[in-house]
Amino acid sequence: MSDSVDSAAVAAPVRTGQSGTVVRSTVVRRLLRNPMGIASLVILGSIALLAIFAPVLAPFEENFANITKTLAPADSVNILGTDSAGRDTWSRLLFGAQLTLLSALLCAGVAIAIGLPAGLIAGYYAGKFEAVSNWVVSILMSLPGLIVLLTIRAAFGPSVWISMVAFGVLISPSYFRLTRTAVQSVRNELYVDAARVSGLSDWSIIARHIFSVVRAPIIIQTAAIAGVAIAIQSGLEFLGLGDPTKATWGVMLSEGFKNVYLTPKLLLWPALAMALTIGGLVLLGNAIRDALEDGEKIKHRKKKVHAAEDAASASASKVARKTLAAVEAGTEHHLVKVTNLGVGYPQADGSIKKVVDDVSFHVDRGEILGIVGESGSGKSQTAFSILGLLPDNARIVGGAIQFDGNYTVAPGDERVNQARLSKLRGKRISYIPQEPMSNLDPAFTIGYQLVTPMVRVLGISKDEARKRALKLLTDVGIVNPERTFNAYPHEVSGGMAQRVLIAGAISCEPDLVIADEPTTALDVTVQADVLDLLRELQQRLNIGVILVTHNFGVVADLCDRVAVMQNGRLVEEGSVRDILRNPKEPYTQTLLASMLEGKTPMSMLVSSQKEPVA
Amino acid sequence: MIKFIAKRLGSGLVVLFVVSALTFTLLYTSSGSIARNILGDQATPEQVALKEQELGLDQPLVVRYFAWLGDALSGNLGASWFTSEPVANSLATRIPVTMTMVFAAMILIAICAALIGVAAAVKRGWVDRVVQVAAIVGDSIPGYVIGVFLVTLLAIQLGFFPATSTISPEAGPEAWVYSMTLPVIALLINGVTGGAQQIRSAVIKQLERDYVRTLRSRGIGEREILFKHVLRSAAPAGLTVLSLQLIGMLGGVVIIEQIFALPGMGPLAVTATGQSDLPVVMGVVMYTVVVVIVVNLLVDILNGWLNPKVRVS
Repeated sequence: MSDSVDSAAVAAPVRTGQSGTVVRSTVVRRLLRNPMGIASLVILGSIALLAIFAPVLAPFEENFANITKTLAPADSVNILGTDSAGRDTWSRLLFGAQLTLLSALLCAGVAIAIGLPAGLIAGYYAGKFEAVSNWVVSILMSLPGLIVLLTIRAAFGPSVWISMVAFGVLISPSYFRLTRTAVQSVRNELYVDAARVSGLSDWSIIARHIFSVVRAPIIIQTAAIAGVAIAIQSGLEFLGLGDPTKATWGVMLSEGFKNVYLTPKLLLWPALAMALTIGGLVLLGNAIRDALEDGEKIKHRKKKVHAAEDAASASASKVARKTLAAVEAGTEHHLVKVTNLGVGYPQADGSIKKVVDDVSFHVDRGEILGIVGESGSGKSQTAFSILGLLPDNARIVGGAIQFDGNYTVAPGDERVNQARLSKLRGKRISYIPQEPMSNLDPAFTIGYQLVTPMVRVLGISKDEARKRALKLLTDVGIVNPERTFNAYPHEVSGGMAQRVLIAGAISCEPDLVIADEPTTALDVTVQADVLDLLRELQQRLNIGVILVTHNFGVVADLCDRVAVMQNGRLVEEGSVRDILRNPKEPYTQTLLASMLEGKTPMSMLVSSQKEPVA
Repeated sequence: MIKFIAKRLGSGLVVLFVVSALTFTLLYTSSGSIARNILGDQATPEQVALKEQELGLDQPLVVRYFAWLGDALSGNLGASWFTSEPVANSLATRIPVTMTMVFAAMILIAICAALIGVAAAVKRGWVDRVVQVAAIVGDSIPGYVIGVFLVTLLAIQLGFFPATSTISPEAGPEAWVYSMTLPVIALLINGVTGGAQQIRSAVIKQLERDYVRTLRSRGIGEREILFKHVLRSAAPAGLTVLSLQLIGMLGGVVIIEQIFALPGMGPLAVTATGQSDLPVVMGVVMYTVVVVIVVNLLVDILNGWLNPKVRVS
């Protein structure tokens, strides 16, 4: 039973950044716009009202027994009938609601009172306190809730309040972990540093910056925990280990189960009450989570719609494939030609946000084209559309891409033609990613990750592939190829991992390599080596390269031609010499100036166009 | 790897020691006059004093704990105060009943949750929607309430299954499986709905990892990426989910056994709790902690096998 709580702790989003009061009103509004949110609030609100006014609403005392009228069906006096002792079901249901809600509140309150401060301290100060509390948490988490409550019952006797305090203590780790993780992620944020530098005390930092971050996850967590507390408390009562003087849903359920052969209906009401209450809490938690993640949810929903459209367009494109248009005459010799390409993402309001708009360029064999632009300029999206590796929800909104004389995105296509590209990928078009470590599967050796694509794509034997892999590792400048071959990704350095990825990219002798910021994640000293390696391989193998970068230095060093992108559009394209010497567009000039003055290339640039993209 | 296992085993023993000491202290300091409870109100003070001496309750707590610990290490967990049956014997006859049920349910949960969760993550669409809704419904209804309704509907009203499952394995495997079906179903429904949803999230998280895109760029097929790489990386998260469910199930099975009148740990624990039969309660807690430690150790070993980072260091 404690498992579902932990899952909630895992699933609950830990929001970083400042999601304070500014965000709160929109979250509440989203919650009220969500049918699930309203339904849960109405259900929980009515149950709470019924519980509060139980003494007024209940026609009988909770233990008033009319022994002349046992197991009676519903009538005008006992609107839901009576149990085996002649007690009124409706009255007991109301008093049960009171006890259930109070005990759930008590449990959550105790858990918050322990878990929240402990999590704040452990997350903010770390050190010994964190180590000790982690150990305590791991013990508490490993005990099944019901068994602990049985022990508490054996020690202290039957009491709803004692068992709920005990369960609160037992479940406090879920608040502890939630808070600690949130605090850890915020602790080193710049604005917290700034607050510290400006002389704010630790406590006011925690109160102002950190508490606002954990507030929403805690509400979600509380909904989950209240549900689990109700379930486990009622379970204890169902076993006959609760307080016999109190009317509770668990006792009522057990009473119904004892008389299941006579009046099975007695089971229905307490079970319904329980399911409605816990279900309301679960829905409330989900609705709050949705309200916090509204943007993401919309994407998912759109994806589903899109999947249906996709199936429709797939059958349409089957017809289209037969009559697949030939590429424009006179352009067949280009290795890659991108014509008026547009890429967009569907938005919540049904519109499409373009991240690449009307981009055209080409690359020939043996040529290196640099695509330059700041973050969000659409350069990576352009590269991924050539590879056919755009995210699922991306759409081609215009233009075409051709590779070696054939369309991979024909004019009018909404998506990349995966059937065509999966034959090209790995074999003729390959990819060098930006971040070396995250692009190797940590569970497999480097050797395996080099050998398998060669076996699959080239159809050679494993031994043959192994020989080639070792040769490739030597080619990319790895001194001890055997050792690297047998190593796992975590056992090599970032620079070496990037060499491995380059080796992987050229392993099947492609015609085109797309390198997405291949040196950004590396040390400056390693960067030059990797660039030299790229140039050397490109010249030796006579391959075409598209080098995506934000760094004009890299362009000047390596490229033949360069395309400058800004806000999804192509600003300027030409030979590196021309553009470096004589940039026509003001944006290119700014970009170059910013670099030549020795500033970091990533600094914010003045946009000459309105409507920034992404 | 052996060092790793030894370390985990060592910390498991520490946990066992700490939990046993805490439970012992808790039980024996707060249960009021134990001898009076056993003998009833009619007993004279002399009889109570004699009983206390007999149970060793006149000794200081620390002495009693270490006496208990010494006995426990040699396999003697004491005897029930009410039936005089040795606790170790009761556990030995009841653990198999409970554990067969728990393991049958866990295996089925693992298979169903993994299949459904992966299908939802990969196919999305309606499968995903059903999984999401089922998770909410499963979270809303406690497992034992499902058990109560299964008995009422399928056993009592429709007569498809026996309402109580007191059939022993000697009655023949078919009859036994038949009698175990309902309790196992009652145990596994919440596990499947919750597990499927969590495995779904774990798989989606892995599918969005950078290396998956790179594998695609290398020309590796979708099927191979899913089965060889993604599922392997998602497995530790799935294992954690399943181990937490198993731990939770050790509690849930107590109620299920009570509902189906199964001669497992449940009725023993409930009776002992109601009577404050402390040696038996201690025995139940110890059995639980040992199962938890063994399960966690197995999960650690499996994770080590799946994750080279753990294996190598």
